[in-house]
Amino acid sequence: MTALSKSWERAVVPLFILAAWEVFSRSGFLPAALLPAPSVVLHTWGDWIFGFDETSQGNTGRWVADALSSATRVAAGYGIAVVSGVLLGIAIGWWRWVERTVEPTIQMLRPVPPVSWIPLAIIWFGIANKPAIFLVFLGAFFPILMNTIHGVKTADRNLIRAASMMGATEQQLLRHVVFPAALPSIFAGLRIGIGAAWMLTVTAEMVAVKSGLGYVLWDSYYFLRYDLVLAAMASIGLLGYATDALIKVLMSAALHWQHGSTLQSREG
Amino acid sequence: MASIDLQNITKIFRDAKRKRDLLAIDDVSLSVEQNEFLCLLGSSGCGKSTLLNMIAGFEKPTEGTVTVGGKLVDGPGADRGMVFQQANLMPWLPVWENVAFHLRLKGWRKADRRDAAQEYIDMVGLRGFENHFPAELSGGMSQRVGIARALLLNPQVILMDEPFAALDAQTKMDMQEELVAIWQKQRCTVVFVTHSVDEALVLGTRVAVMTSRPGRIRELIALDLPRPRDTTGPRFNDHKRHILNLIREEGMQQRQAAVA
Ligand SMILES: Nc1ncnc2c1ncn2[C@@H]1O[C@H](COP(=O)(O)OP(=O)(O)O)[C@@H](O)[C@H]1O
Ligand SMILES: [Mg+2]
Repeated sequence: MTALSKSWERAVVPLFILAAWEVFSRSGFLPAALLPAPSVVLHTWGDWIFGFDETSQGNTGRWVADALSSATRVAAGYGIAVVSGVLLGIAIGWWRWVERTVEPTIQMLRPVPPVSWIPLAIIWFGIANKPAIFLVFLGAFFPILMNTIHGVKTADRNLIRAASMMGATEQQLLRHVVFPAALPSIFAGLRIGIGAAWMLTVTAEMVAVKSGLGYVLWDSYYFLRYDLVLAAMASIGLLGYATDALIKVLMSAALHWQHGSTLQSREG
Repeated sequence: MASIDLQNITKIFRDAKRKRDLLAIDDVSLSVEQNEFLCLLGSSGCGKSTLLNMIAGFEKPTEGTVTVGGKLVDGPGADRGMVFQQANLMPWLPVWENVAFHLRLKGWRKADRRDAAQEYIDMVGLRGFENHFPAELSGGMSQRVGIARALLLNPQVILMDEPFAALDAQTKMDMQEELVAIWQKQRCTVVFVTHSVDEALVLGTRVAVMTSRPGRIRELIALDLPRPRDTTGPRFNDHKRHILNLIREEGMQQRQAAVA
């Protein structure tokens, strides 16, 4: 199959949905303001990005700034979650005493939905970036942590034997054997984590912050601008897709040694 | 001075689940001279791996001491190279990085590691496969990498735990031949675990026949056969007959013990 016909395959379903939606909106079955047609959304979105005719009113030309402030919160909270989740995950997976002392607390905090931390986050951090970053961290931390622990625990102990036969110290075992062995699982956690990170930035922005895509989304809802709501949703979806794609690229670079040996490597 | 010295080794495994102890090795004493190629021969479950793992330092004897080169063994170390039944290569590293893994641990620069690995890659006949990943190698090739990796340690002793058991007959024969050539060239001490009488007779300078569980040394047989070993010659077959008889006796005793 050629590359061209493959990308065509991917586009079929979205194009069909868009076309059906356009037709439905224009049919007048619902008031146009309640379900704006894709062409209308695209127009508003274009103005939000490039600022050509102020259809998006106060938001005109401010998309890059909005997207950036959301992305910064994601990057900050996610970054903290990656570093702490991987390090703590390795420690819990490797040392029994760390597991015994830390794991029960973690397991109790884990089922608490991150959004339920919003009141406390606002009290502690005020209305600004920090509560959003905190929420993003909470959302991304647990999947990364759990997957890292799993990766460490399922590392092949024969590889650890082989490395200690070659004189590896404990620290070297962790760095040169356990970490790379856990990497496929860690990446699985990173991909779940990035989805949670976007979800929580948007949630936080709807409640606790006065900027970003989530804020625009919620604000437009109050002003009955459903075209902007949809444009914001599409923006979030697109950025989430892009960051996940980035992680996938990193993953296939880091796990290139799996090529040819896993089911996943069949993907073109 | 003996290269490896086992003194009154006893190993008891605690079976936590069934709450009883398993005597795996019962009072084994054995010394292996420098440059010797000792084959540990015994049926499966008789404690060969356990004995080898105690020399490697992966297991601690319940009683007795293991010394290698005069030094008491109290953990694994690079003075004893081990080749496992499964090659146990790091799947994320190419062949040459696996061979040079020890040098990575010692903090060598990449170019130096690469150079050092080449000698051993050539020695086991893997030139051209330096950049392949373990998932791309056959069983025989993986074992070659495992052997090269152990040789690069330049260890006093090489321990091998049924490294060819999973290979097809032809590959096995080639590898045995090459292993003998490498051993003759490197002048190292080898302890080679096997359950195959033929393999022990093709490889060893001495064969230690073990009893079935609990493992003891039933008999030590010195092989003064010329190399390459003629597997159809009368002296080879005399040894084989003798060892097979020992094994048969062991089997009968065990069955009687099971009935009684
Ligand atoms: N870690 C262990 N815990 C409990 N029992 C073990 C352990 N390792 C080996 N054994 C037991 O010790 C005996 C000898 O095992 P092993 O040395 O692997 O035999 P071989 O290598 O000769 O086949 C077997 O009965 C086995 O079940
Ligand atoms: Mg064994």
